[in-house]
Amino acid sequence: MSTLRMGRRLPQRTVPRALMALGALVALGFVAVNAAIGYVVIDGRLDGQWYDVRDLGIGVQELREWLDDRNADQPGFLDFLGQHWISYAVTALLGATGILSVVGGALLILIWVERRLIGRMQIRRGPNRVGPYGLLQPVADAVKLIQKEVLMPRGADKVLFLLPPALIFIPMIVAWGPIPWGRQMAYLDIHVGILFLIAISSLTTLVIFMAGWSSNNHYALLGAMRTIAMMISYEIPLSIALLSVVLLSGSMQLSTIVEWQSTHNVWLAALLPLAMFTFFFSSTAELNRTPNDIAEAESEIVAGFHTEYSGMKFGLIFVVELGNTLVVAALTGTLFLGGWSLFGLEEWIPGYLILGAKISAAYFLLVWLRGTLPRFRLDQLMKFAWQFLIPLSLINLLVVAAQASIFARWQVEGVVSLGLFAIVNWAAAIILVREWARRMGYRPEREAVRQPILTQGVGGLQAARRLGASELGTRA
Amino acid sequence: MSVELAHYLTVGAMIFGAGIAIALSKRNAIAVLMGVELMLNGVNLTFLAFSRFGGAFDSAEAPLAGHVFVVFVLTVAAAEAAVALAMAVLIYRRRETVDLDRINLMRW
Amino acid sequence: MDSAGIIVAFWLLSAIAVGSAVGVFLARNLIHAVMLLVLSFVATAGLFVTLSADFIAAAQVLIYAGAIPVLMVFAVMLTPLAGRDNGNSLYVVPGVLLGGAFAVIVAIVAIDAEWGAAGAAALAGQSFATTADAIGDALMGRYVLAFEVASVLLLAALIGAIVLVREDEPA
Repeated sequence: MSTLRMGRRLPQRTVPRALMALGALVALGFVAVNAAIGYVVIDGRLDGQWYDVRDLGIGVQELREWLDDRNADQPGFLDFLGQHWISYAVTALLGATGILSVVGGALLILIWVERRLIGRMQIRRGPNRVGPYGLLQPVADAVKLIQKEVLMPRGADKVLFLLPPALIFIPMIVAWGPIPWGRQMAYLDIHVGILFLIAISSLTTLVIFMAGWSSNNHYALLGAMRTIAMMISYEIPLSIALLSVVLLSGSMQLSTIVEWQSTHNVWLAALLPLAMFTFFFSSTAELNRTPNDIAEAESEIVAGFHTEYSGMKFGLIFVVELGNTLVVAALTGTLFLGGWSLFGLEEWIPGYLILGAKISAAYFLLVWLRGTLPRFRLDQLMKFAWQFLIPLSLINLLVVAAQASIFARWQVEGVVSLGLFAIVNWAAAIILVREWARRMGYRPEREAVRQPILTQGVGGLQAARRLGASELGTRA
Repeated sequence: MSVELAHYLTVGAMIFGAGIAIALSKRNAIAVLMGVELMLNGVNLTFLAFSRFGGAFDSAEAPLAGHVFVVFVLTVAAAEAAVALAMAVLIYRRRETVDLDRINLMRW
Repeated sequence: MDSAGIIVAFWLLSAIAVGSAVGVFLARNLIHAVMLLVLSFVATAGLFVTLSADFIAAAQVLIYAGAIPVLMVFAVMLTPLAGRDNGNSLYVVPGVLLGGAFAVIVAIVAIDAEWGAAGAAALAGQSFATTADAIGDALMGRYVLAFEVASVLLLAALIGAIVLVREDEPA
């Protein structure tokens, strides 16, 4: 099969005018609804008081009660929909608008942030031409992507090729539902939150296969199969790590986990270091980010499963990858770093700002990893999951299960037992990682095998002087 | 108008019927396995409907027995899928086909 | 009487579930069949939610929509010389007749049967709060033997699958 086949041109206007108008109307509607509700809430129309900005959930609840009262006063012709349908619909719309606008806005900024940060880490500037400090670069990118020609590879499966850019968006957005931004600020505070998140994220695998298979391209299929193999391998340690969180806090509901950390004045990161490491590393594999971006590996297999996508379809896939990174950062902040709580400070600082700061910190860590670490080989990656992460996280799960049952029965101050658990877990984490690595045959090198050729300060000159001209000459 | 037990049982039976038709009439072993999974799915729906409507939902002695059954069905389905697909791959390696009409070692 | 949301959700989800289950039968391509199967499973998970089974719904999405289709896709990809078409065998007529007859008969029986008060109970008003806890208690209490047997079964399936597909060591 020749890889250099020409794509077929699609007609210029792929989206009908009516659909575009509908989209614009929906967007306008979102804005209008938000503005109206903001006016009602902030103007104090409800019962004449300023609503607490520490927790937007309070305002929404007031709004719901107010709407319910109005609805009960004047029975309308739509009452067959149930008693509270107006308030449910308004709240649902409000929450969805909030999530979509916050996540969408954050994504636009994050494209810039990530490129600038990586630039700094690689001793270059990053985007700096469009707008002040290059801030408008994401907009310029989006305009460029929209203008690009949309190609459909010859022999592609049309339906399955067009669906993935839209479908891949769904798990990313839905995953924001259960994350609590404050005491009452969770959009979808379900009791099986963590299971729900794992289930939702496992749907991405199939979408990726769909994209890779339907492209009718060997590179895309190869990339898709690699991604799937990697994702299902790393889902196991990821789930086990989350299971230890569930065991200790005794709930799968994200808001309850945050409450648990808040009442015990401790972050689960301090109690479960190994679980947090496993979660963080496995999720970089789930996200296809360096050090685990073997599925994309631009220098090896073109671009992975989205080789054949062009224009805004590629843009969507790219943005969703960033969005998933943000989801992982939010989950790390919520599950391991205390969520919206901050040792009592949440009384003064709004919870969503605290969580935002934690998300930023976790996101920075992910960018840092991407900027500094080299890529694993595929066999190293699989070996790391199956021979290192899974056994370690299983042992860790056993230890945490014992601790959870002790914690439920032992009648002492939480400080004593949790402090003890923290010490035990940190010691266990360090010993386990060291000993297991040694068993697997890893020998750390005490000294660098070779002198660095380039130094950061002066660059090549100093290195050349140190190495001596003769060696450089032979090398050249 | 409301949704009753009979509605759920009907949907479950229809999914089960589709599963029977697929499992009996497909040639590809993997497609047959899909039919079996659909049948299990229809049964799960029936279990949950009975659990929800049958008054056992909050009985003291065996709460959510239907849910527990479904958990076991999910477990067995996962095990069954793993082994069946491994067998399909193995048969393919030996005979280069997964066409059930052409797998006829046991005929003579 | 149920609220309109549940009624709409039920009809929509069951239409998708049954429709895509039939689609698995009709699809010409095996990969399309797998995708339709996933759609059917996800819609069934939605039906589970209308039955107040949140834990089972999430587990259904995880196992039936996340894990098993991936296995099937891998099996299809690992059998490249076998046909990718979703062809029927000689048994298609009896198969369809049997499946259709089963669906019709059970539907008639279910609608005709006298279910009493339980059959007509409303769906609204039941909370999700108890399912995960209660399932855990039941698994660890009343059904603990079955639970252990299931874990042995999973282990056996794991080892069996590995042994089956393992390539022989090069001599």
